[in-house]
Amino acid sequence: MARIDVNHIRHSYLPNPRKDSDFALKEVHHTFEDGGAYALLGPSGCGKTTLLNIISGLLHPSHGQLLFNGRDITNLSTQERNIAQVFQFPVIYDTMTVYDNLAFPLRNRRVPEADVDRKVRETLDMIDLASLAKKKARGLTADQKQKISLGRGLVRSDVNAILFDEPLTVIDPHMKWVLRSQLKQLHRRFGYTMVYVTHDQTEALTFADRVVVMYDGEIVQIGTPAELFERPRHTFVGYFIGSPGMNVLPVALEGKTAKLGAQRIELPGVPKADKGAVELGVRPEYVRLGREGMAVQVSKVEDVGRHKVVRANLEGKEIAAVIGEDDEVPAEPKVRFDPAGINIYADSWLVEMARVEMGA
Amino acid sequence: MDKTWNNKAWFLVLPVLVLVAFSAVIPLMTVVNYSVQDTFGNNVFFWAGTEWFEELLHSDRFWEAMVRNLIFSFIILAIEVPLGIFIALNMPKKGWGVPVCLVLMALPLLVPWNVVGTIWQVFGRNDIGLLGYYVNALGFDYNYVQDPFDAWVTVIVMDVWHWTSLVVLLCYAGLVSIPDAFYQAAKIDGASRWAVFRYIQLPKMQRVLLIAVLLRFMDSFMIYTEPFVVTGGGPGNSTTFLSIDLVKTALGQFDLGPAAAMSLVYFLIILLLSWVFYTVMTNYDAER
Repeated sequence: MARIDVNHIRHSYLPNPRKDSDFALKEVHHTFEDGGAYALLGPSGCGKTTLLNIISGLLHPSHGQLLFNGRDITNLSTQERNIAQVFQFPVIYDTMTVYDNLAFPLRNRRVPEADVDRKVRETLDMIDLASLAKKKARGLTADQKQKISLGRGLVRSDVNAILFDEPLTVIDPHMKWVLRSQLKQLHRRFGYTMVYVTHDQTEALTFADRVVVMYDGEIVQIGTPAELFERPRHTFVGYFIGSPGMNVLPVALEGKTAKLGAQRIELPGVPKADKGAVELGVRPEYVRLGREGMAVQVSKVEDVGRHKVVRANLEGKEIAAVIGEDDEVPAEPKVRFDPAGINIYADSWLVEMARVEMGA
Repeated sequence: MDKTWNNKAWFLVLPVLVLVAFSAVIPLMTVVNYSVQDTFGNNVFFWAGTEWFEELLHSDRFWEAMVRNLIFSFIILAIEVPLGIFIALNMPKKGWGVPVCLVLMALPLLVPWNVVGTIWQVFGRNDIGLLGYYVNALGFDYNYVQDPFDAWVTVIVMDVWHWTSLVVLLCYAGLVSIPDAFYQAAKIDGASRWAVFRYIQLPKMQRVLLIAVLLRFMDSFMIYTEPFVVTGGGPGNSTTFLSIDLVKTALGQFDLGPAAAMSLVYFLIILLLSWVFYTVMTNYDAER
């Protein structure tokens, strides 16, 4: 296991990158702690996979350094880095049996056959394929194949890190959940350093201790699932995490008050925003729908099972609010924002607010 | 139980049946007809029974041509398949090199058989041929007109030049269909270059290789034009392959009966060998 330092890494797929926009990875500087379970979360094309491939050595970064336990390994090959990686689509050696597929990475490294056998059997039990060990791998279903790919990533116990590149895309929903909790268990048992790339927020939030949110080639926020939910550092994180995403409304500031059209919204503190376009972010979960506050026109109520999502119009802006499954929308609906859930953004980045604790 | 039985559908198949009858079945039956009769011309035929077949199967000339042909097929497969795979593995996968390589590879395939023969016939001559002249100038005694070994070398090199491209193109098609993730996973798994070939590239090429081997075997087993143009089956009978022998018998000596018997045996051999190839390869496929 290793601590991985990503040291000011930039990467471009172009031979002579000039502008910032030529870079798939603008600049990433981050430390993956030894034994941590990380999720790299972001939309398609934000550079997640690029970062992962740089860590595993499949790509050589245009600029910057990569350190494992403090040792510069930027120029080492994938094999010398001793990394396991699981890909989005199943990669299996289809002329081999399931057993041989799992043994392949070990045999390539000249592990004694007795150890190979022990490790492979262990892994087979883990991924629940022991009964298929002697079968040729090509006849299996897609999720069995992906389990083999996962197994090949888990079979070596001495790896520096295990990287997952959206490994559960092809798996059925209920199996997804099972495999994800198995991975989580493995992580607890063996303390692997795991980096898990995904664009599915549920997957990221349930798998990882720390979620690294990427957007447009940059890391926009690193935090625990709760932090990402409560205090998104960038409006993108607000949109991207949560269902529905955060309401982001353009406002004008006036001390401890935000003005949205004719409405005045009390803030929990005085934001230190002195420049840029100011926006107020509030998650639908913190929007209270009732008979007091700002008048809204309700356009739609979506019942999503455990709760209802109310889409409404406030001062010409679309907002969403979450209400309980049994709550009714009042005849003359009004909304209030719970101060605990209000964040202020300047040029899309969160600004500090000296929060006055509730009581006033 | 609502299945509709409607024999009118047969009319839709009729055109194909008629076409196949005229292009394949009827000519084949004529050959069968010739093979059991004897003629001295004037369209007068005598019943000969299995006489021609018995004669053929006891004829040294036939077996020699057969052995020669099998050796020839074996040699060119042993050269063209590995060489074709090797070239395909080393062809660029992207960039401007791809169209250049593909066109270069396709060129020999576009040259008509008898032109290929003529090219090599001239190329190998030791008085005016570029190859023949310089090989002799370098001190080798090379003369495909007189030396059976030189004749074989010429015919084999010519076939390799003409047909390796086919194997290359088929293998290349198999190779480019392999997603990058397979190579990446192999790197992660620490696979050697050989293991990548053995466990990723070869399995993915297997189907196209089956086709390549089948096509090359049948073509080489039926080879006629190129060796006929270059060596005419000589010196002596050293490069007389089955089809050259067949044409000599049928048209040279106008022995229609023996030639027809020979065609049928020839046809059955090709059918049998193709079936064996196909079964072996597909069984191997199913086992995996």
